[in-house]
Amino acid sequence: MLTNFDKELLNLIQTRLPLESRPFLIVAKLLEVDENTVIERLSWLKDHGYIRRFGAFFDSTYLGYVSTLAAAKVYPEQMTEVAQAINAYAGVTHNYERDGEYNLWFTLLSANQLEQDQILAAIGSLPGVEALISLPAIEKYKVSVAFNL
Amino acid sequence: MLDNLDKRIIAVMQGEFPLIAEPYKELARRIGITEHQLLEKLTEYRKTGKLRKMGVVLRHREVGYAANALCAWLVPEARLKEVGQLMAAYTIVTHCYSRIPQPQWPYNFYTMLHAHTRTECKALAAELAEATGLENYQLLFSTREWKKTSMTYFPEYAGGE
Repeated sequence: MLTNFDKELLNLIQTRLPLESRPFLIVAKLLEVDENTVIERLSWLKDHGYIRRFGAFFDSTYLGYVSTLAAAKVYPEQMTEVAQAINAYAGVTHNYERDGEYNLWFTLLSANQLEQDQILAAIGSLPGVEALISLPAIEKYKVSVAFNL
Repeated sequence: MLDNLDKRIIAVMQGEFPLIAEPYKELARRIGITEHQLLEKLTEYRKTGKLRKMGVVLRHREVGYAANALCAWLVPEARLKEVGQLMAAYTIVTHCYSRIPQPQWPYNFYTMLHAHTRTECKALAAELAEATGLENYQLLFSTREWKKTSMTYFPEYAGGE
């Protein structure tokens, strides 16, 4: 269970860890505790699975990668094989089975359009994939995941 | 354009972030530059949009957000910008993109909704529909997470010290 202190701490650093030599000291001062308390609590939250990843998050588009959201119609009896084959691509960062006509949704990041086309063509021809559509973004209005705890 | 040092910094910054008093000094050591140089580069990346955030990504389920739905909306072309800005303002909406639709799948606008329960997700989608006047949408609940990870950019630059 998250304590009230954990929630305050996470709300504070979810998106704004200071770019300063002693970032945890700055956070500690705001929370009126010492630097070690912040570091130890963050290590605990990480070790206990509350924090998925800590650190820098880059924007794929600004780094020159091309991205898309793809959706597949997969025969249920072949779902496991198809999902695992898709997972095997390093550029697939999210892969979710969902209710609905298109039942497998994944995001794909590629170094360039050609690589993306080749990967999608390979996935589209996997046994068990009845149809595959790609829905590249036109504009991103919001990408930040910050939860109010 | 990114040079080799940029790629090296980005690759190393995606590794384990040291939970120690001077984390940037340690990261700079791994990259082979000074702490000052690293902080300057990161500040520049943040200004130019390359660095989206410094912080944490939480495991939603563990922090109490068990239900997530991808909501696909049909938005008239002329209203995309207005709808995008309106929806992005909701805390519950964590991702919000307009996308190129397909003939067999006409939905051109997508929001990720995170809530504690499915019922809550449905109520929130209904609230967004009401606020935007959009009637045509599909709420796609996830039933299984097959993969969720962060992208490894420029992995070929991550090795060595």
